[in-house]
Amino acid sequence: MANSTLTKQRSEALGSTVALKSAMAVTGVILVLFLIAHMYGNLNVFAGQQAFDDYSHHLRELGEPMLPHGGFLWIMRVVLLASVLVHAYAAAVLWRRAGRARPVRYQVTKRVQRSYSSYTMRYGGILIALFVVFHVLHLTTNTIHPGGASDSPYERMVAGFQPEFWYVTLFYVASVVAVGLHLRHGIWSALTTLGANRQSRQRSLNIIATVIAAALTVGFLLTPLSVTLGLVE
Amino acid sequence: MRDLYTEGDEIRDEKAPAGPIAERWDKRRFSAKLVNPANRRKLSVIIVGTGLAGASAAATLGEAGYQVKSFCYQDSPRRAHSIAAQGGINAAKNYRNDGDSIYRLFYDTVKGGDFRSRESNVYRLSQVSVEIIDQCVAQGVPFAREYGGLLDNRSFGGVQVSRTFYARGQTGQQLLIGAYQALERQVQAGTVEMNTRHEMLELIVVDGRARGIIARDMVTGEIETHFADAVVLSTGGYGNVFYLSTNAMGCNVTATWRAHRKGAYFANPCYTQIHPTCIPVSGDYQSKLTLMSESLRNDGRIWVPSRAGDSRDPREIPEDERDYYLERIYPSFGNLVPRDIASRAAKNVCDEGRGVGPGGLGVYLDFADAIKRMGRPAVEAKYGNLFDMYQRITGENPYEVPMRIYPAVHYTMGGLWVDYDLQSSIPGLFVTGEANFSDHGANRLGASALMQGLADGYFVLPNTINDYLAGGPFEKLDENTPEAKEAAEAVRARIDRLLSVNGDRTVDSFHKELGHIMWDYCGMERNEEGLRKAVERIRELREEFWQNVRVLGTNEELNQSLEKAGRVADFFELAELMCVDALHRRESCGGHFRSESQTEDGEALRHDDEFAYVAAWEFGGTGEPPVLHKEPLEYEYVEMKQRSYK
Amino acid sequence: MNITLRVWRQKGPDDKGRMVTYKVEDVSPDMSFLEMLDVLNEKLTLEGEEPVAFDHDCREGICGACGVVIDGEAHGPETTTTCQLHMRSFSDGDTITVEPWRAKAFPVIKDLVVDRGSFDRIVQAGGYISAPTGTAPDAHAMPVPKADADRAFDAATCIGCGACVAACPNASGMLFTAAKVTHLGMLPQGQPEREARVVQMVNQHDEEDFGGCTNIGECAAVCPKGIPLDTISQLNRDLLGALTSSRAE
Repeated sequence: MANSTLTKQRSEALGSTVALKSAMAVTGVILVLFLIAHMYGNLNVFAGQQAFDDYSHHLRELGEPMLPHGGFLWIMRVVLLASVLVHAYAAAVLWRRAGRARPVRYQVTKRVQRSYSSYTMRYGGILIALFVVFHVLHLTTNTIHPGGASDSPYERMVAGFQPEFWYVTLFYVASVVAVGLHLRHGIWSALTTLGANRQSRQRSLNIIATVIAAALTVGFLLTPLSVTLGLVE
Repeated sequence: MRDLYTEGDEIRDEKAPAGPIAERWDKRRFSAKLVNPANRRKLSVIIVGTGLAGASAAATLGEAGYQVKSFCYQDSPRRAHSIAAQGGINAAKNYRNDGDSIYRLFYDTVKGGDFRSRESNVYRLSQVSVEIIDQCVAQGVPFAREYGGLLDNRSFGGVQVSRTFYARGQTGQQLLIGAYQALERQVQAGTVEMNTRHEMLELIVVDGRARGIIARDMVTGEIETHFADAVVLSTGGYGNVFYLSTNAMGCNVTATWRAHRKGAYFANPCYTQIHPTCIPVSGDYQSKLTLMSESLRNDGRIWVPSRAGDSRDPREIPEDERDYYLERIYPSFGNLVPRDIASRAAKNVCDEGRGVGPGGLGVYLDFADAIKRMGRPAVEAKYGNLFDMYQRITGENPYEVPMRIYPAVHYTMGGLWVDYDLQSSIPGLFVTGEANFSDHGANRLGASALMQGLADGYFVLPNTINDYLAGGPFEKLDENTPEAKEAAEAVRARIDRLLSVNGDRTVDSFHKELGHIMWDYCGMERNEEGLRKAVERIRELREEFWQNVRVLGTNEELNQSLEKAGRVADFFELAELMCVDALHRRESCGGHFRSESQTEDGEALRHDDEFAYVAAWEFGGTGEPPVLHKEPLEYEYVEMKQRSYK
Repeated sequence: MNITLRVWRQKGPDDKGRMVTYKVEDVSPDMSFLEMLDVLNEKLTLEGEEPVAFDHDCREGICGACGVVIDGEAHGPETTTTCQLHMRSFSDGDTITVEPWRAKAFPVIKDLVVDRGSFDRIVQAGGYISAPTGTAPDAHAMPVPKADADRAFDAATCIGCGACVAACPNASGMLFTAAKVTHLGMLPQGQPEREARVVQMVNQHDEEDFGGCTNIGECAAVCPKGIPLDTISQLNRDLLGALTSSRAE
């Protein structure tokens, strides 16, 4: 093998489809870890307004005095934003490649074993991206405020998911379900991309992906639905 | 009979050195002229075919520094039909410490070939066999291994030592992929130029030397002229002359036949091997036959109903109304008799009207006893993949109902005549693998085809072709060379003729009819009357073919009917020569059984006094009888014996 | 059985192509799918219409030449090659849609025949072990643990038919590439070139305009030889290892 060109070949491989999806896998894992932490935060709602608001307040104090006020949160935001951008960029490149790779479509297509979850990865991803924008404007920046603005995150949330804003809740629920589906395939895909798949583990990896995806879906649905149904006021 | 052929001078293999047999190959490698590595770049070699023999030769010669041009009709060199070999590859490694040796493999092969092969060639094959395994392992061929990490061996085809290396039931595939990878490595390195979807349609001979080929680009239809300093044909066997065989659909004789017409002798064309354990024909539409590993005969019992026309469900036929005919006729070997005996016995019982299945062409291979004795899980572990294959093809469950089997053409021992250097009677034309006639005599042992293909390609040809190439590079030629022009014109004219007949029969219908003639008269059992009839009918059919075949489309496109038509046209000519060869050899030997020449027990009877020679046929001209050249066979090391399996 | 076929007809690489409907009568359930196409072709020839071109050779499921998409599934409803698919998998009166493999890396040559040369070029890029003839040590010089040999074999059974690409929603050739990387990477003989191999083969795979793998798994589900999906994970591992390796070049 012509090893003299290996350096060049290696740098070319840094832009390969495998490298791209590895980037998606790594950023995806970061985002999943974030979601787990986020869900934990959400569930504080059941401990009452004080606990919930304290939790969001503490996030800003995390790392003090080593970091300035809000420093940790900003680091996290930068990491998350970078992850989302890399994830989306790699997805877009691979999507385009896939489109180019099959210029003439089949007249008849049939899914052999693929799941609905893998089928909806790309459009689901777009829906999730749109949702994240809305979600940040609503509950982080306080720009959009169905039910009225407030300095208390708890109040913003409770106000936003009141039954009269059923469409907010509906959008939220649909998006969370989309996240769940995205994760069902995404977690499996990330693990296998990063080299964890063995035939003997294939089932376990799929179970892990299903369990995490389901737990996050349920966890994220509990809060808004509890508000809408009046369990949390 | 002299109306059908004439006899020419005796010929000899001038290249094999004399002296102790174990030293001949060393001697030849020493006496062969070498080519300085710097000069190899100036020498070019065309290799047609990318099976084991062709791909290994192309990879090796490319690596050595020659400019190689490789051709195959498939879309990738990896698809050559070597890939379908199941059983294994023999090598005299004696890893089992069971008394095997180069000499024993040599002895078994000469004996298995029914004393119709050359001792020198066979001995070399056995010597080289050892290196093949090393080479393949180094390339990453995943042979079966034992828990200690060492290679596993099995005994195969009735020999008493375990010398067969295997890779599950896909040994041919794994060996071919190894050779293919080595070939592709050379393509990348720029030493081999690969031409896929190219079919050789003519040989170019200039000043008595093979100097190139005419090939058709099967995608564009372009007729291309390629020159080289030497041409190697590694184009496989001609079993498809029977239409139904275990060969791939595309296997054909065109390359070797065209070379034959240009002066290369065709040796022993009548030696065909018929394999006893194939899945029987299920209907007229059948396009090919599938082999099942012979190992099935280790535990399965072969039988037919005792009474002709008994069409009961086999499970309802009581023991005493079954005829386990192999066990009855050959009590000591039983179901494990050699391939040709098992095949012929099956034909005989079917001829008596006792055959089973569609058309009465089949016998039962029954595992009921084995399942009772070993238990179903053990049978499943041993034969599961074969049973699955059978079920997929026939739709019958062999665990419940006995399998049906019938013999099918599997391998052709005959081929272009070559000397010890694998050079044909045309200087500069070399022939390797199944395409030549050299090592198997009148019958081939199991697991020896792969061995010969790789021996020729990796080790023999690369050490002999240099002796010829040392005389090169030869004069530069271009497309205006009269011989090249003429060859290209002949190819175009033939294609035009095939396309212009526009009759009302398809190519396949002719091929099928030819296959029936060959199977009936030049198949498992041959006789004078039948062979004469066959020659007549082949001629009539060939005549009709050229008057009445329908080939649609044009040359300038992918045209599969046109490809087939050209191949079938050559099969017609070969078929006639096969019958003439079978007719002239009034003895039975190996895969050639003449009903006039048998022992009282119905066994093959050789006539060594008259027929211990290679029949090398020279093309006599279109419409002229072929010319027979005899190459006498002498046995210094193995004593000639009639075999007996009673 | 009587069958209605909708077959993709395309005169040449530059033709647009279209679906054409044919009726095939008296189909025996014991026919293979390709024998059924033979019957159609005999009929078409006699009627003066050019027969349907399709690739095929060994017709015993090992050469990898055949392969068409039947009713949206690569090689049809059974997990096997097209030549080993039999008509008993269909019913009388069925309408069957037959299309070629569709991928930019597999351009159509004619009708159902595609050019799979891209696979050969991936192998050329590094799918081999450099072992010049005659240089090999004794076959027993290097024992191979049976488990490794078996896994190498499982991956080595790939026949290069291209069904994985045809079935992949991304038209990715990753299962093919991974099978070779795994086959050679599991063997001690394959170690010296392991890093270079995976890097070069993946680059070539991308250059051929195959899509990227997104671990959907349709490839392994239609693979007639059951190449395991986890070979792709092994390729990923090898590539990431090669990209972060400090081995001198």
